[in-house]
Amino acid sequence: MSGLARAESSRGLWAASSILIVFLAVPLASLVVAVPPGELAAQLASPMALRALALTLRTTIIATALCVLLGTPLAYLLARGRFRGRDILDTLVDLPITIPPVVGGVALLLAFGRRGLLGRHLDVLGIQIGFTTVAVVMAQVFIASPFFVKSARAGFEAVDRRLEDAARTLGASPAHVFVTVTVPLARPALLSGVVLAWARALSEFGATIMFAGNFPGRTQTLTLAVMTALESDLEAAAAISMLSLILAIGALLGAKRLGAGRGAPVA
Amino acid sequence: MPEGGLAFDATADLGDFHLEAAFEVAPRETLVLVGPSAAGKSTCLALIAGLRRAARARVTCGADVWCDTAAGIDRTPEGRRVGFMFQEYALFPHLRVLGNVAYGPRARGRTRAESEAAAQRWLDRLGLGEVAARPVTELSGGQRQRVALARALASDPQVLLLDEPFASLDVHTRANVRIELRSFLDEVGLPTVLVTHDPIDALTLGDRIAVLDHGRVVQTGTRDDLLEHPRTEVVAELAGVNVYRAELAAGRGLKEARAGALVFHVLADDRRGPSFLAFAPSEVVVSAERSPGSPQNVFGGTVREVLPLPDRLRVTVDAGALVVAELTREAGASLEVKPGRRVWLSIKATAIRVYG
Repeated sequence: MSGLARAESSRGLWAASSILIVFLAVPLASLVVAVPPGELAAQLASPMALRALALTLRTTIIATALCVLLGTPLAYLLARGRFRGRDILDTLVDLPITIPPVVGGVALLLAFGRRGLLGRHLDVLGIQIGFTTVAVVMAQVFIASPFFVKSARAGFEAVDRRLEDAARTLGASPAHVFVTVTVPLARPALLSGVVLAWARALSEFGATIMFAGNFPGRTQTLTLAVMTALESDLEAAAAISMLSLILAIGALLGAKRLGAGRGAPVA
Repeated sequence: MPEGGLAFDATADLGDFHLEAAFEVAPRETLVLVGPSAAGKSTCLALIAGLRRAARARVTCGADVWCDTAAGIDRTPEGRRVGFMFQEYALFPHLRVLGNVAYGPRARGRTRAESEAAAQRWLDRLGLGEVAARPVTELSGGQRQRVALARALASDPQVLLLDEPFASLDVHTRANVRIELRSFLDEVGLPTVLVTHDPIDALTLGDRIAVLDHGRVVQTGTRDDLLEHPRTEVVAELAGVNVYRAELAAGRGLKEARAGALVFHVLADDRRGPSFLAFAPSEVVVSAERSPGSPQNVFGGTVREVLPLPDRLRVTVDAGALVVAELTREAGASLEVKPGRRVWLSIKATAIRVYG
């Protein structure tokens, strides 16, 4: 198991690592301890938790699908394209990761809100985005898509270009090459990008509350529900938090499983 | 140009050097493009296949125009019919052997069953029938090479392009594979361009050889043609002879030929003016003292390099220009040849070939 040759250096390393391990484990364990299983079931049956869960699953799945749909071409462009302004585009994609999500929410409001840059024109047409479920999805895509794009880009970059060239000479169109060679070879990176983006969308809070508000059934996702519950009922907040933890563990296990399935040739 | 052959003519700027090359390959013919690394050999293949663009290019295959920049024609790689065997083969690691070979027919719209049947036929023909279901990552170097060849051929190409087909094979496999490939190419009968940096590949596989250096075709000819009349340093090295560009005096009998710092005396009654001189290293006699007799060409020089070969020594001597000589190990030992040693070289006029 241990790749370290000498027992004493291994012991030293464990000692040095232990503080962070404890620091990470104790709060998560507290969450589990705070909510007895019976209590968890009762709390989760509450309309607030159920609605938040349903909304969260719906919005994060749509948001993740949008990240993949819109992010895949961009990731390939960044991986393969040679054009002016690539560095600028690269920075643009990184920014939503580095800015505080609340700032992202304000930015979205200023763009798509009723008085926003684009929003005021949409408003004339009778379309309002701010404080709707659509806004929740948009906030999630804004914050989560860079995670998918970065992972997918790294995956595409790792695909040997000559394999794509070989496929072209064998008679395949660029689109056919992409589907039959590039995507299968980049699959592990694409899947890990999906999981990362979904996990980030699940934990989205700041941008959502700024841009979509906190309306039960419409924009109140699990994280927002935790905050609302916390104002009146710590146990309910802990139960909903516990639910988020279960989803996160599910995402990680799913990612490991999908990752393990790679490498075996098909057909 | 004969029906079904390949014609290539292109000018391209490739960052640090300029490619300007043209050649033709007849049906059933194998043209070997040989030259030092970064001479532009692989670029020529990429231009034929349409994987790169050139400022000016014309590529035709039989009556088909694949590319003609002057006429605004530039077909996509999938719109040309090339069987391209890449360096290190570029097999699809996520597909099994059969899937790799069936890829071409499948991409060209045949059904899965048809494609796999065609792939299996090529695999059987190349003696790979047994490994069809194996992942390509489990194959030996020689097997991978044959899978790459089967994949290229299964897409029903009109031209075969082979980029360094032996570079990733070990020395023992190489010789066998070379013989196999030669007879297989004859059997398939497609116009073939084979790129290599190895003179032995060029001499054993090429019906014709084109020597590429710094983006230019410096000499084209049959193997015998090249070996007998090298006109460039690259070819001289390939043929293993000394070659000099010389200015030949007029007249008959023994006459002067000035090759830079060296003045040779040669026999060439029917020639004058700019000519090439060539002689084999074994024709050069190396001695410690100036020979007392009267050979027509005697030069003093300093040994620059000594290369021990299995049965002899190859010595490079600076005599104003570099001259390569070969002598037995015994002769080398008694002369104590080593870099820096002063020696005398003598060459008979009759040993020097003169040509234009």
